[in-house]
Amino acid sequence: MMAAAARDTPSGPAPAHPSTARLALRGIGKSYPTVIANAEIDLDVMPGEIHAILGENGAGKSTLMKIIYGVVKPDAGVIAWEGERVAIGNPARARRLGIGMVFQHFSLFETLTVAENIALALSRTAARTGLDDRIRAVSIRYGLPLDPARRVHTMSVGERQRVEIVRCLLQDPRLLILDEPTSVLTPQAVEALFTTLRMLAAEGRSILYISHKLDEIRALCHVATVLRGGRVTGSCDPRRESATALARLMIGADLPHPRHRAAAAGAPMLEVRSLARAAADPFGVSLVDVSLQVHAGEIVGIAGVSGNGQQELLTALSGEARVDAAAIRMRGVDVGAHDPDARRGLGLAFVPEDRLGRGAVPDMTLADNGLLTAHRMGLVAHGLVRARAVRAFADATIRAYGVKAGGSGAMARSLSGGNLQKFIVGREIRQGPRVMVAAQPTWGVDVGASAQIRQALLDLRDGGCAVLVVSEELDELFEICDRIAVIARGRLSPAMPVATTNAEQIGLLMGGLAHDAPAPREPASP
Amino acid sequence: MIRLEPRPSPSRHAIWLAPLAAAAATVVLGFVLFSALHQDPWAALAAFFVEPVATRYGVGELLLKASPLMLIGTGLAIGYRANVWNIGAEGQLALGAIGAGGVALAFGDSGSPLVLPAMLAAGAICGLAWAAIPALLRTRFHANEILTSLMLVYVANLVLSWLVHGPWRDPEGYNFPQSRVFVDAALLPNLLADTRLNWGLPVALAVVVAAWVFVRASFLGFRMRVAGLAPGAANYAGISPTRTVWIGMLAGGACAGLAGANEAAGPIGQLLPSMSPGYGFAAIIVAFVGRLHPVGIVLASLLLSLLYLGGESAQIRLGLPSAVTGLFQGTLLLFLLAADVLVNFRLRFQARPTGRVPAVR
Repeated sequence: MMAAAARDTPSGPAPAHPSTARLALRGIGKSYPTVIANAEIDLDVMPGEIHAILGENGAGKSTLMKIIYGVVKPDAGVIAWEGERVAIGNPARARRLGIGMVFQHFSLFETLTVAENIALALSRTAARTGLDDRIRAVSIRYGLPLDPARRVHTMSVGERQRVEIVRCLLQDPRLLILDEPTSVLTPQAVEALFTTLRMLAAEGRSILYISHKLDEIRALCHVATVLRGGRVTGSCDPRRESATALARLMIGADLPHPRHRAAAAGAPMLEVRSLARAAADPFGVSLVDVSLQVHAGEIVGIAGVSGNGQQELLTALSGEARVDAAAIRMRGVDVGAHDPDARRGLGLAFVPEDRLGRGAVPDMTLADNGLLTAHRMGLVAHGLVRARAVRAFADATIRAYGVKAGGSGAMARSLSGGNLQKFIVGREIRQGPRVMVAAQPTWGVDVGASAQIRQALLDLRDGGCAVLVVSEELDELFEICDRIAVIARGRLSPAMPVATTNAEQIGLLMGGLAHDAPAPREPASP
Repeated sequence: MIRLEPRPSPSRHAIWLAPLAAAAATVVLGFVLFSALHQDPWAALAAFFVEPVATRYGVGELLLKASPLMLIGTGLAIGYRANVWNIGAEGQLALGAIGAGGVALAFGDSGSPLVLPAMLAAGAICGLAWAAIPALLRTRFHANEILTSLMLVYVANLVLSWLVHGPWRDPEGYNFPQSRVFVDAALLPNLLADTRLNWGLPVALAVVVAAWVFVRASFLGFRMRVAGLAPGAANYAGISPTRTVWIGMLAGGACAGLAGANEAAGPIGQLLPSMSPGYGFAAIIVAFVGRLHPVGIVLASLLLSLLYLGGESAQIRLGLPSAVTGLFQGTLLLFLLAADVLVNFRLRFQARPTGRVPAVR
C-alpha cells in the first residue's frame, strides 16, 4: 500500500490509563424485526485512547455507535459513563455528557449555511457570539478549510465531512466518534487529520474510530475491537498485528486480492474534447478545457479532492446535464446533447456517487430498481413491464454479486450502503456496457465488498470495456487503473500511465493544487 | 408514550385492516354523535349506509354519482403519483361539458349516430386542452401548477356561465340561463331500467382498467412513479421531468373532461351554469382515500357517493341538520386517511421518548 508508507506509526505508547473507563458497555443488544444488529457487546474506552471499531458492513458497527450517541435505544445491556451508569436517551443528552459524533451519512441541512448547521448543534449561548470566527479558528487549526457562510447543498461529500468534523470539535467533546472519516481525504489531509486526532487524544480525549482501512487503524489506533455478525469476535493491539491478520479477524477469512493483468488498450470508446462548462451555481466549479480519452480494455482513473469539478464532469458524462454535442463522443457518436437513457442505448453504464435517491429509488423494490436502468435487458415488451423477467434480473444480480437482501422484493432503503452499492454496480455491469463510468465505487463499502467491486471492474476491462473511475481513494486507483489523471479546480491533467507515477506525486499534485486555491469566496452580494 | 416506528416494508395486513379500523372508529363516533342528538344510533347508521342503496333506484343513483368520481380520481392519481398536482379538475370538467355541449348543439336534431362519440371525444379534448395551460406554465415558466390549475377552475366556470347566459342560451327557455335540451341521439343510453344509470359507468370503468394497466404494467407508468418518488433517480435514469408533467396534467385533464361530457350527455342533458356539485374537488379525496390505486379509487368513489346519498337520506328521514351529516362524512374520511399511517408505520408503546436523528441527508 503506497499511501500507507507516508503515514508513520503512532508515536510513543498510549497515555497511561486511569483506572476508570470513560465509556463502558456491558451486554449491549439490539434487534430489529429482520436482523440482530448487536448482541452481548462489551466495550471499554479509556481516556486518551484511540479505539478502533473494525468490522464489515452489516457487522453492527453503526448500530453500536448510534446506541452510544443516543440515536438508538438498546434492548439489553448497560452503559457506564466515567464509572456512572447512564441512560443516553437522545443525541442532545449524549452531547451534554461530552460525546460527539461524525456520521458516515451526513446529518446536515442542505439549505442552511455551514455556520447555521453548526449553530443548530450547539447550546444557545455558544451559538450566539463569534461563531464564524471560532469555526475559522478551529478549521485552520485542524487543517479543515471551511467558509462559514457557504450553503451546504453546494458542497461536495468531502467538504460536508469537514463541516461535520468541525461541528464536533467545536463542542469540545471528551469522546469523539468518527465513522469512516478518511474516505474522502487526500493522503496529506489524512495525515493532518491523524495529527489532529493524536493531539486530541494527548489532551485526554477518547476517540472511537470506525474504519475498514486496516493501514490507517494500524497507524493510528491503540486498541481495536472487531465485530462480526453483531458480536465482538476479538480485541487486539493493531500496532502489533499485520493487516492480513486484522482482515482475517474481521471477515473470518483471508482477503481476496484482485488480479491485475496488463491492459490491452484498443480503440477510443469515450472521448471528451475541450469540454467547458460554467458552474451551475455560484459555489460550483467550472470545467475548463477538459479533454480525456478512454480506450477499450483500459481503466482510467481520475483522482482529486472532492469539489474540484468531479460532479460537473460526471453529470456531463452521464447525460444528467447536457453539453455541446461534439464535446463528448462515445463509440464514434457525438452524445453531448443526448439524455442519459439515449447514452445507455449506446452502451454506457454509470454508477453514481449517491446511492439512495440517485442510483436507486429508496422506496422501490430491488426488482424495480433493476428495471430503472436495465430495461433494455428484455425487461420491457410492447411498452409493458415483464414482471417475471424484472424479478429474475434482480434475483440474478443479488446472487451474482452476493448482495445481502431479503430477495428482489426488498426495498432499496432497507439495504446497508455497501450492499446497495453492490446491487447498483451489479445492475450496471450485467447490462454488458461498452463504456463504464463509476464514481466513488467503493465509498463506505467494507473491504470484502470493495475487493469484489474492484475485481468486477477489472473483469469488465478485460472483457474489452472502457472504464473510467472517479475516486478520492488513491490506493484504489493505483490498484486497478492503467492511467491516472488528476482533476483540480475544474482542470484535468493529462492521464499518466501508473508505471510512471506514484501515489506521492499524485497526492501532492491534487493536495498542492487544493491548497493553492484562493480563500473561499464570499457569496456575491447585489 | 406511543411512538410511530417506520416499518421495513409496507404491511400487507394493514393495507386491509386500516380501512376496517377506520370504519369501526366511524361507527363508534356515530353512536356517540347520534346518541347525543337523541337519535337511535342504529336507525341513524341505517339511514346513512343502508337505506340509500335499499332500492334499485338507489343503487342506480349510487353508481351514477360514483362514475365521475372514479373517472376523475383515476386521471388525477396518474399525475399525483408523479408529484404533479392538478387541483383544477373541476374546471377541466366544465370545459369537457362545454366541448360536449357545443358538439351536441352544433349537430342540432340531425340524429346522427356520430354525435355521441363526437361529444365524448370533444369533452376529453377540451378538458385536456384546459389542463395543458398549467402544464405549459409549469414547464416553460416554472409556475406552480397547484395555483394555476386551481385559478383556471374559476375561469372555466365563468366561461361556462357566459355561454349559457349568452350565445348558447335556449331561445325558448324563458330567459333561464341554460342551453337547449339535447336531442335523444346526444344522450347516453340508459343502462338499468327504472334508474338514471347510463353508459357513463362502463365508459368510466373502461378508463379505470386502462389506467390500471398503465400504472401497474406499463414502462411509462413505472417511469412516472420513479419521477414522483425520487427526482434524482429519475434524472439519473434519463426520465424527462417535462414529459412527466405533461403526461400527469393531460391524463387528469382528459379524464375530467370526459366526466364533464358524461354529465352533459347523461343525467343533466343540457348545459347549465354549474355542471357539477364539486366532483372535481371530491375526486381529489377519492384519489387519496383510494391510495392512488385504480381499484382503491373505484371503492373510494363508491364510498364517497354513498356518503353523499346517505347525508341526504339522513337529513330527510331523521331531520338531522346538514352540518351534522357533513361532520360525520368528514370524520370518516379523516379516519380513513389517518388509518393509512398504519400501513407504513407501526405503533410502539414505551416508557420514554427517544431522540431521533436530525434530518439525514
